[in-house]
Amino acid sequence: MSILKVKDLKLDLSGKPILDGLTMDFSENRIHAVVGPNGAGKSTLAQTIMGLSGYREISGDILFEGESIRELDTDERARRGITLAWQEPARFEGLRIRDFIGASIRGKKGRVDLIADSLRKVGMEPSIYLDRAVDKTLSGGERKKIELASILAMKPKVAILDEPDSGIDIDSLEHIFEAVKLLKKEGATVLLITHSMAVLGHAEHAFLICCGKLQDKGDVKSIGNYFGKRCLPCDHKNEPDVNGGGL
Amino acid sequence: MRPSDGDTRKLFEFADLDMKNLDDPEAAHVVIHENQVLGSNTVPGLRIEATPLSDGVKASLRVERDQVIAKPVHLCFGVVPKTGTQRIIIDVQMEENARAAILAHCVFPFAEDVRHLMEGTIHISRGAFYSYHERHVHSPQGGVKVYPKASVTVEEGGTFITEFELLKGRVGLIDIDYEVSCAREAVMEMVARVSGTGDDVIRINETGHLTGEKARGVLRSKIAVRDDAQAEIRNKLTASAPYARGHVDCKEIVQDRARATAVPIVEVNHPRAHITHEAAIGSVDSKQLETLLARGLSEDEAVELIIQGLLG
Repeated sequence: MSILKVKDLKLDLSGKPILDGLTMDFSENRIHAVVGPNGAGKSTLAQTIMGLSGYREISGDILFEGESIRELDTDERARRGITLAWQEPARFEGLRIRDFIGASIRGKKGRVDLIADSLRKVGMEPSIYLDRAVDKTLSGGERKKIELASILAMKPKVAILDEPDSGIDIDSLEHIFEAVKLLKKEGATVLLITHSMAVLGHAEHAFLICCGKLQDKGDVKSIGNYFGKRCLPCDHKNEPDVNGGGL
Repeated sequence: MRPSDGDTRKLFEFADLDMKNLDDPEAAHVVIHENQVLGSNTVPGLRIEATPLSDGVKASLRVERDQVIAKPVHLCFGVVPKTGTQRIIIDVQMEENARAAILAHCVFPFAEDVRHLMEGTIHISRGAFYSYHERHVHSPQGGVKVYPKASVTVEEGGTFITEFELLKGRVGLIDIDYEVSCAREAVMEMVARVSGTGDDVIRINETGHLTGEKARGVLRSKIAVRDDAQAEIRNKLTASAPYARGHVDCKEIVQDRARATAVPIVEVNHPRAHITHEAAIGSVDSKQLETLLARGLSEDEAVELIIQGLLG
């Protein structure tokens, strides 16, 4: 059963088509990969689904649980159950990790335990990290895991993880993949935005996009074969995201 | 009329202070309401004297040589009525290798037209340590004008740390003017965290001189202004000795019709001294905001959380 659909989704940035008629159907409680070369429109798709500023002037539609969300603001989409982890997570000067993660679960019972548990799930010891700030004293990998911990605590229906392996060391990567499995186990649909074959290997279904268009979809093995053999060596130039959205 | 123990406790309550501090014989405190010393306690090694003035109190605080004051010293200053003036003239002498941490609670809970003036002279002798955390509780109307002014000298190997924080209520007007001079291997750190709303005015003028070899100094201002509030931050740090090191850091978040300026001045007069500065003024960082929106916070909630983080 589908939880999220994009229908003939088009988005121009600075007069250039970045998403060019994408139609995709994301089944509930599956791990989907969205693969494609740099500049294909993957991160733009993620930001458009999330309704971020600068990614709202679309044509086509985005349906979540059967209803259009194109007019909803980012926070309303999040409250319905969609969330996004950035390729390069934000730094928050002075904001403690406990408050950052806690923001995802305001008003929930057992909040303090939930915050600590979510940190443990990404391999971080709460006694060391809870009172540290989400700032430049943390490595990029640590911030990435903390962002994922905040998503685990939130228990979203759809979690979009943009390049979840970037800036992550090999040991931490295992925690990231464990967290992806955990999200699925807890009922979430996961969208892995990636150009990494290693990440693709953890998906159950894949979409291949190039130049903002859907090229193919299907099982991970066949999409992976095509992507590895044809896309990665391809020197076809994609237009970069004009807003530097991580493509 | 002689102040009662109840008056002292009332001021402590307004400051959100634990009453245990008042009853603990090992914790020093002085409580001053307008120009009356309501209560005090001192500990061995610490001498406090206070003399009433017509509009405030003249006080001296001395920590004797090699004495370490184990528990924070609570200074509670306040004006409880809606109007009034309180001028505090304070002379602090930290003798050689003495150590003390001061928590100053400045309480103006119902202020509509209150002025609080602090004129401090602080001398930190060789190897001594002095920290002064000033925490303010203001009225919601913001009818307070606060003028903390201090001249500080830090001798060789001494440390001076000061932190200004508004815990409750509106700023009104805050006009901080501090000047610190650091000798060889002395350390200074001045931090101000203030959030202004309405027509609040925040002025911070902090100057540090690193005059001795290997002296170190940091000036940090974390300011948020909303509505029609104004902030004007002038941080000046000079270094004129070898291996003197300093940093000036000013972050200001501006919302609505508020205005903020930052004027960091760094001056280096020795080829082996080094000072850095960073200043960032503007609205809330869009990535921070969007991250929190994507966790379901409304824009107002997200901005509030970001500001809370910035202000510590």
